[in-house]
Amino acid sequence: MTVLHAGIAQGPVLLLDEPLSFWGAYDPRSGIIIDIHHPQKGQSLQGKILMMLESRGSGSAPGGLAEAIRLGTAPAGIILVQADINLAIGAAVAETLYGKACPVLAVAAQEFHELSKSAYLHISHDGRVGPSLDDA
Amino acid sequence: MPEGRAHQLAMQLVEQAARIMGAPRLIPISFAHIDACFYTGRSHVDFVRFLLDHGATLSVPAWTNNSVASPDDGGLRPERSDPEMVSGAHELMELYARLGCTPTWTCAPYQLAGGPKFGDHIAVGESNAVAFYNSAVGARTNKYGDYLDVACAITGLAPFAGLHTDEGRRAAIHFSCASVPENWMRQDIFFHLLGHVVGRQAGRRIPAISGLPKETTADQLKALCAASAASGGVELLHAVGVTPEAPALHAVFRIGETFDVITGHLNAARRELSTFNDGPLDAVALGTPHFSLSEFSELVKLLDGRKVKTATYISTSRGIREMLIAKGWLKLLQEASVIIPVDVCTYYAPKIQGLRGRVMTNAAKWAYYAPGMLGVEVCFGSLKECVESAVRGAVWRDPALWSNP
Repeated sequence: MTVLHAGIAQGPVLLLDEPLSFWGAYDPRSGIIIDIHHPQKGQSLQGKILMMLESRGSGSAPGGLAEAIRLGTAPAGIILVQADINLAIGAAVAETLYGKACPVLAVAAQEFHELSKSAYLHISHDGRVGPSLDDA
Repeated sequence: MPEGRAHQLAMQLVEQAARIMGAPRLIPISFAHIDACFYTGRSHVDFVRFLLDHGATLSVPAWTNNSVASPDDGGLRPERSDPEMVSGAHELMELYARLGCTPTWTCAPYQLAGGPKFGDHIAVGESNAVAFYNSAVGARTNKYGDYLDVACAITGLAPFAGLHTDEGRRAAIHFSCASVPENWMRQDIFFHLLGHVVGRQAGRRIPAISGLPKETTADQLKALCAASAASGGVELLHAVGVTPEAPALHAVFRIGETFDVITGHLNAARRELSTFNDGPLDAVALGTPHFSLSEFSELVKLLDGRKVKTATYISTSRGIREMLIAKGWLKLLQEASVIIPVDVCTYYAPKIQGLRGRVMTNAAKWAYYAPGMLGVEVCFGSLKECVESAVRGAVWRDPALWSNP
């Protein structure tokens, strides 16, 4: 497990079947996936613990995430397998500007698989994740 | 390094990126190209305001990428089309100029004098510029997303990882063009199509491409870089015998897959990049990435004093426009009814006025993005096909081009 950006969060789990770009494929004003090619188009990320194996790369992704955090439409936290700089930078900038945390973690594939079975997850500041506060 | 919260934040972001990339240290950079000046939301304005309010200064020359809308583009994106985006874009341009950026407002900064040279470590965000600087110039950059690009420019530092290192620049897949007929390789359209094929096959792997002519031009490399960065995410490509790090294949590629490019792949790419192939046209869009002076020279020759019947937009930088004025070409193009937006690109929303319906382009990158971004139909063709079609008001196909084997 690697903490890409630290923070405390909890929320219902949303497991994405495919990677999502935070720019173009997602509308920060509504918090909804808008990419017509994404199987979960129409789903809201707001307040969720977002789980996806990796982020789809876009140089504008940090701004997309920061804007969502500003507007309160962002996921509560993000759990990946593939470490992603853009989401970490977007979360870090938003925390500095707006004082709101959105932790971003990268975990091993096996751990990701186990965690994705939970309906609800907690993330602790040091990056522990679990279905209850004790586990996190 | 000056003290202050802006510099602290910049250093924090660069160090955070270095930790995630596993970089053992930071290295000094000599140049940055800023992408965070492209308005995508209020957070972009808040970020640069925070930096200015907390004493940020730049450590290296930092040139700006395209804006969403420019006070200098003739009102092609008027404020009423999307008040938040258009006014936000103008505000960002002003703020980044105040931060000390060089106001180039171009996605093709490598077409202007005074940029980075072979071996320079730099920080760039725009995908086609990342690929061009790495490949054609031999400067070294990873693709730095928004905010990190500015953080690198403020600190003058970047994480020593990925494409900054020698090991990180080796090719992992080889494309052989030995089977492509020579007459194809003399066409500008070939490099757009090859880029599309290479990006699709390579994904994010570094490609080495053999068999290209020694006299491959900067414009052709630009097309190759932009198309492969759009369809696949290529950040560096080696063209053997053409780009500076690849005098021979073995210099950049030892083991891995070899992909034989045949004309069938190129024809398939051409079909994939078009949603229609004939009939009337509503607009022609050229200049993605921004048109160069040599491309304008070719265009003036092809127009040969004729006027366009279809609304024709050619995006370029204010720097290149200055050169057009000096050559007397801007007047010629205006007389031909050609519209030349500066500082911006035409493939993203809010739409340029008049850009709708059935659009022809010579840029694989434009053809790749515009149908999704703008909801237009697109017909992809060579520069000559685009010019002839613009003059006629309907798609014209070059028989010499498509009757080839």
